[in-house]
Amino acid sequence: MSWTVAILVAAALAFSLKLAGHLVPLTWLSHPLLSRTADLITVGLLSSFVAVQCLTTGREIDLDARIPALVVAAVLLWRKAPFIVVVVVAAVVAAGLRLLGMP
Amino acid sequence: MGVRAARRQGFAIGIASGLYGLAFGALAVTAGLHVWQACLLSLVMFTGTSQFAFIGVMAAGGTPADAIASSTLVGIRHATYGALLAPFLRPQRGARLVFAAQVTLDESAAAALARHHRKSGRAGFWAAGVAVYVTWNVATLIGAVAGSHIGDPSAWGLDAAAPAAFLGLLWSHLSTTRAKVTALVAAALAVALTPVLPPGIPMLVAALGAVLAGEAMRK
Repeated sequence: MSWTVAILVAAALAFSLKLAGHLVPLTWLSHPLLSRTADLITVGLLSSFVAVQCLTTGREIDLDARIPALVVAAVLLWRKAPFIVVVVVAAVVAAGLRLLGMP
Repeated sequence: MGVRAARRQGFAIGIASGLYGLAFGALAVTAGLHVWQACLLSLVMFTGTSQFAFIGVMAAGGTPADAIASSTLVGIRHATYGALLAPFLRPQRGARLVFAAQVTLDESAAAALARHHRKSGRAGFWAAGVAVYVTWNVATLIGAVAGSHIGDPSAWGLDAAAPAAFLGLLWSHLSTTRAKVTALVAAALAVALTPVLPPGIPMLVAALGAVLAGEAMRK
């Protein structure tokens, strides 16, 4: 199999997975457990994204300048700063700390 | 209010994540893909973690079949997003459904699920989805052409922008103790499982574990 064919096959599979969720019958989704836990699923997913993107690289736990950047972001959110400011400042803090030699 | 804020957040998170396409493009070429193949991968597969898994296998000397298997495994979590997004997006059919499926990702799902209303959730989904799609593909091309000249995106702090953006989406959901505990359990599980499970799967397991923890607290 050539790599181009592999790209197309893998892409078709990735698309099928994405599409499958959109085609799940609504009756499956009306289960009381699911509606009761919908808010928790959101919190769980968002929180795991934050943790994985802040604390890991590839498949390794990796502690670096992202941590102080995220702490600054949390302080800004607590002070009700606009979303875009939080995102940009986090990047600037991490970049600045790396300039100073932090990993 | 609501819809515009959702759209702004969606664009911001989409662009912050999409810029990582620079790293993908550069690594894809290093792994042995041609520039056009790297761009094809971003255009048709369009799933950051799956794409990194695909070229990771390639760079490690794996076969095309191995690359397909690992990119698909990593993409399994996306199947849950379409279902979770149903209250925001359905009914959808035809071209709209196809586009929605193609831009169903961590960023777009998060931008929608973080909202409390159907209209703003939908606005967040499309803003993030379209912003990531455009940024990711342009960035892939630039990264693939410029290759190693572009340097490491983390030197610009791009790797801190994405978690900060997700934290911003999470923030308004942390008002109750139950939500805070759920968030902490999910974060701890996701990080602890990262070294032992294939990429993308820990987040799914963590979310499920957190829901169980939150449910247990309700009793």
